[in-house]
Amino acid sequence: MFGYLLTRLWQSIILLVLVSIIGFAILNLTPGGPLSQFALTPGMTQEAMDRIAEQMGLNRPLPVQYLDWAWRLVQGDWGTSYRDGQPVLSVIGRHLFATLLLMGSSTVISIALGTWIGIRGATHRYSLFDYSATIGAMVALSIPTFWFGLVGIYIFSLKLGWVPAGNMYTIGDGSVLNYLHHLILPSIVLSLVNVAIWSRYMRTATLDVINQDFVKTARAKGLRERRVLMKHVVGNALLPMITLAGMQLPTLLSGALVTETVFTWPGMGRLFLDSLGYSDYPVVMGLLMFSAILVLLGNLIADLVVAAVDPRIRLG
Amino acid sequence: MTAITSAPTPWWRSRGVRRFARHRLALVGMVMITGLTLACVVGPHLLPYDALYVDLRARFSPPLTGDHYLGTDPLGRDLAARLLMAGRISLLVGFAAMLLSTLIGAVVGIVAGYRGGWLGASLMRVVDAFLAFPSIFLLLALAALLKPSPFVITVIIALTSWMEIARIVEAEVRSLRERDFVQAGRMLGLSSAHIMFRELLPNVVGPIVVAATLTVARAILLEAYVSFLGYGIQPPLPSWGNMLNGAQQYLASAPWLAIVPGIAITIAVTSFNFIGDGLRDALDVRSNEHT
Repeated sequence: MFGYLLTRLWQSIILLVLVSIIGFAILNLTPGGPLSQFALTPGMTQEAMDRIAEQMGLNRPLPVQYLDWAWRLVQGDWGTSYRDGQPVLSVIGRHLFATLLLMGSSTVISIALGTWIGIRGATHRYSLFDYSATIGAMVALSIPTFWFGLVGIYIFSLKLGWVPAGNMYTIGDGSVLNYLHHLILPSIVLSLVNVAIWSRYMRTATLDVINQDFVKTARAKGLRERRVLMKHVVGNALLPMITLAGMQLPTLLSGALVTETVFTWPGMGRLFLDSLGYSDYPVVMGLLMFSAILVLLGNLIADLVVAAVDPRIRLG
Repeated sequence: MTAITSAPTPWWRSRGVRRFARHRLALVGMVMITGLTLACVVGPHLLPYDALYVDLRARFSPPLTGDHYLGTDPLGRDLAARLLMAGRISLLVGFAAMLLSTLIGAVVGIVAGYRGGWLGASLMRVVDAFLAFPSIFLLLALAALLKPSPFVITVIIALTSWMEIARIVEAEVRSLRERDFVQAGRMLGLSSAHIMFRELLPNVVGPIVVAATLTVARAILLEAYVSFLGYGIQPPLPSWGNMLNGAQQYLASAPWLAIVPGIAITIAVTSFNFIGDGLRDALDVRSNEHT
């Protein structure tokens, strides 16, 4: 177990280095590079540009620049926002809660709904329900999240007036209920894709488990079908889902970005788009790196949880 | 004596084609995408209005007003004409991005799978690293740094969607590497390039075709996302994504502006997903994901 932990940690660090190289390459190899910000200033001369480049250390060889940048990244110095001069990490930190809240509630919905649809599809294979779920999942995967959000706002906010059309809370009302009321629609919208994916995997996983010997034994013992399902099938089918939850993190983050835009949700996704609009590249790069690190961390945690929970895995 | 030469089975009666045809959803997808493509190619010539014709007196006409079958936009342009012109761009970008990402993914996958060792391992770690970035974040950052044109958008969509194909091809090639026909090739002294692209590639065409079809779906969606957010295809060139860009502010007064392009995207993407699913069954591709 300890050996597995070390191997997995080591792999994550290598990936982190590769991720940072990609991030650095995007920042530097694009036309204009980090200086493009200053090139637009009126009355900018070539000498002044050269001076800025020297001050920023941009005339050093690229590998040296990368190491310098990466070292500051490790120390928590992610640069300062062009917009308000605040440290990038604290800007991101202020928007983290909203995104985690949205992603968390959406994950709860996806797991609950996806698990139910998946298991029902597997136990009632080739039924009308199963076929509808299969086709429904494929259509759900084809619907653009932002459009689903717009249609949701049109129906449930504008026509029916059930839920607010945007924002995280009403100004002057910070109650939990108010937050929840604002949370319902965006988290359902964000769940669409993940319910589809989750239910498909859950169906496959359940079918894999349902025919195994220990399930037959449980049935042969005379356990009731419901108890067999709940105790023996679901628990084992859910195991690979932990890995899936980790793997789905990038999709979830992408979805959150779009959902936040449609619902003016004050999270990392909106911050990303606002920063793009202001050409606030330190924050853009910071968010790019932050989300990749979040994904690597999520995958690492998922793998460790599986290793800890599954008695069959005793690696290392 | 009559010659008993059994004619070779014509391609349309081969097992793969029959299995594909049995897959009703895939057929539905084929019909839908053919119809949509035809409409986008021919349609604009048949409609009474040009996609660029501005008629300020007819602003915000709801669908089925006179000859405006799908209504008009805030400038009074015919929505149906714009939708079909936008379809040309969106489908073209989706298709071109698929070609490019399939090329990158297949080459990386074959080389990594055949060579293996540290080269293969490093290539696959690069794939993992790219997969760690949420694709929309990566796509937006690149689109904002570069000058967005349909060509640039196509290239960066390809740059953010080749990894799945690389993974699938690598796994396939790795399992084929020690087979007899590859060993024979090596013993005959064939070059690695010859073995990789003349011997191994034909054996992984099935999985590549399936992944490529699903990549078209993905690319159309990604184009819609970046263009909706304002960093993709730039107006006046219409795309399904950028038609939705300003639609949210008119949601209460002119909901058709938001609803119509979204339906077009959903139909196109669903079709490719259905076709991909059918091809997976027909070509008997071992499914790496859900079935």
